[in-house]
This record gives sequence, C-alpha cells and structure tokens, in this order.
Amino acid sequence: MRNLFNFFWRHSIILLFILLETFSIILVINNNEYQKSVTFAWTNEQTGKIHSSYNSLWEYFNLKKINKELAAENARYRSLSPSAFLKTDTVVLFKKDTLYRQQYQILSAHVISNTTNISANYLQLDKGKLQGVDKDMAVISPSGVVGIVVNASQNFSWVMSLINKETRISARVKKNGQIGTIAWEGGSYLNAALKDIPTHVRIARGDTIVTSGYSHIFPQGEIIGIIKDVEIKPGEHFYNISVRLGVDFNSLALVYVIKNLLREEQIKLEEAAKNE
Amino acid sequence: MNNLYIRISLRFLILILVQVLLLNNIHFLGNLNPYAYIIFILLLPFETPRAVLLILAFALGLSVDVFSNSLGMHAAACVFAAFFRPGVMRLITSRKEYEPGVEPSITDLGFQWFFMYTLILTGLHHFMLFLLEVFRFSDFFSTLWHSLQNTIFTVFVIILSQYIFYHKK
Repeated sequence: MRNLFNFFWRHSIILLFILLETFSIILVINNNEYQKSVTFAWTNEQTGKIHSSYNSLWEYFNLKKINKELAAENARYRSLSPSAFLKTDTVVLFKKDTLYRQQYQILSAHVISNTTNISANYLQLDKGKLQGVDKDMAVISPSGVVGIVVNASQNFSWVMSLINKETRISARVKKNGQIGTIAWEGGSYLNAALKDIPTHVRIARGDTIVTSGYSHIFPQGEIIGIIKDVEIKPGEHFYNISVRLGVDFNSLALVYVIKNLLREEQIKLEEAAKNE
Repeated sequence: MNNLYIRISLRFLILILVQVLLLNNIHFLGNLNPYAYIIFILLLPFETPRAVLLILAFALGLSVDVFSNSLGMHAAACVFAAFFRPGVMRLITSRKEYEPGVEPSITDLGFQWFFMYTLILTGLHHFMLFLLEVFRFSDFFSTLWHSLQNTIFTVFVIILSQYIFYHKK
C-alpha cells in the first residue's frame, strides 16, 4: 500500500497531466459537435469491426451447425415450393374406393402452354408417359373440368381443352340428373353450350352442371359450370343453354390428371356387348 | 511576493480578454490566428511547481475555450505545453543561471534563448490544438503544416509584445 502511494507521489505530475488531458479531451468530445460525430463514427467503426470479427470467429466454429440448419431450411423450402413438389411427386391420390378398389388415380401437373383465343384450343402439361399420363385421361382443376388428354410423349402430354370446338363431354344437371352434352361453340372462353336437354325438363339459371361419368373418362360429379342463360327456340325440342364454365382457362396453371383404372374393363365389356 | 501574485492574476485576466476579444478575430491570411495568450505559461516564474503550472495552464485554456466556443481544445493544448515546459527549459541552456523568483524574459535571457523557448512550446501547443480541431490523423501532414505556419505567426506576436512591454518598463 505504501509502495502504491509512493508510486502515485513520484508520478503525481504525470498523473495530473494525464488527468487534465483526459478531462480536456472528454470536454472536447462532449461539447463540440464535429469532434463528437467523428468520435462516434470512429468508435462505431471499431466496435463494428470487433463485433464482425468475433462474429466470423463464432461462425467458423459453428459452421457445421449452421450448415445443418441451412440444409434443413433448404429442404423445408423445397418441400413448400409447389414446382418442386409437383416435379418430384409421381402419382397418387385416392379417389372413390367404395368398391374397396381404386378406380381413379390422380396426378398433379402444370400447364406449360395454353391457348384460349382460337377455335382449336389445346393445353400442354409437364407430365407424360413416364409419369403415368396417357391418352384418354381426364384433366380437371380445382374449379372444374379442363379437358381430355389426346396425346402423350415421354415427359409431356397434349390436352384437348374443353374450349375446343371438337370437344364433347357428357354432362348432367346436378339437381335432376338430366343428361346432356357440353360443347364449346367458339366465342368467349368463359361460356360453353349445354345441348340435348329436352324442353319438358325444368331448368333454371344457376343450376349446376357436372360430369355424368358416362364416358369412362371423367369421374362422376366433377363440376363443369353453372347455367347462365336458358332459351327455347321456336319449333325445337331442346333448350339452348349457355353454361358459365367453372374454370378460368386464361389463368390455368395447376391441374390434375385423372386415370380411370377400370376403363379397359368397361370398354371391353361395352365392345363385347356390341359384338354379340 | 504579493506583488507577483497580483501581477500574474492580472496578466491572466488581461491575456484572456485580449485573446478572446482581439486576437481571435484576426484571421490573418484566412486561417491564421495568433494564440498569444500562452505567453502566460511562458512567463510563469522558473520555480513554479509543476502541478501548479499544469493547473494554471488548464484554467487558462479552459477560460479561452469558454469564450471561443471550443470547450476543451485550448485546455488540452495548454496542459500539453505546460507539461513540457520544464523539459524544454532544461533542453535549451542559457549562459545565465535560472534564478528563483524571476520570470523568463527576453531581456534577462537573451533573444536566442527566448526565441527557441517560445518556438518549441508554442509549436507543441499549436500542434495539440490543431490536432484536436481536425480530430483525425489522416490529414496529419496538413495539420502539421498548418500548426507550423500558425506557430510562426504566434511567435512573432509574442516576441513583438515582449519588446513593446519590457522596453516600456
């Protein structure tokens, strides 16, 4: 302790000098805006450097953990990303297994090309034979019927759109089970015509039109659209019905391809009956 | 003895007033100001205790700071110069002995001694002052050059004042 006092006594002048200088410089920094800003910038920079070097050191020691976390995060984002999901999934959602036998296989697909403004509209999907898509499969979207696969290559398929003048789809008025045919007659891609509904049947605007399932392509009860307009032309036995389609063909992106697993059997039976 | 204290106190006040009211407003060649008030530190008696020297220098610098809106800068510079005063005195020897109770003056110790003494201490003071004013080391040489120019100006004013006042006495 005495030594300490001795030390301070011996160096009292230097200590006083340091004290006064320190005090002065503190005054400078605290009372002069320019010096204050320079000091602040400098200390900020230095603490920033220290922080960043500490941080990089910390990161280096934790690289393994961080990599793992990043990988997990990547995987999570990939599994969330719809495109990745669709490319990797092959088959299969169940539909209608009341017979304890799967009748329909559902595959998701992306529309990669599409037209709506000509009379023969087709879509192209990013799934083909390798993924299980083949001719005469149904294509639907969450909001309604889209079309029928007419051709499939290894990785792509060609779909005849519902808004194609050649397309005919067997349809049913949901409320009373009347069977008709949906056909598109050109014009707006928002509307199609429902034909072959006899005039004695009571029909009104707003009735829902669904698939009948008679074609062995579409499952029963898939929504096609709702009746927009009904008229009877004089001397005709069938209504002229305009149907507002459920699908907005101009914004179509994600669709489902439906394979009827029992179609072969149904067609064979049909042909056998015809041949008899 | 009382006479000495009164003289020093009066000199303290007068030098601050002269510095603040007159010399601070010279702006010779744009940015040169003679900081002649440090003559107070130069002229303190030889035997002044070092602690007293430092505290008086601090008080002097702080007083000038208060009036020239640069709180701390002159105080730091004055303390810096005062700290080196005894060392500078030892460095430049005179033909005459340093006598107790006597103030360093041009008449006693000769022009050459007083000039060197003033030049070194003023240089130290100015260097510290401008360093604090610029407040960065990146422009070190321009700071050095500026303080050198200013030192010459201040030394000139101090020597001139010595001739004026001590001849009158």
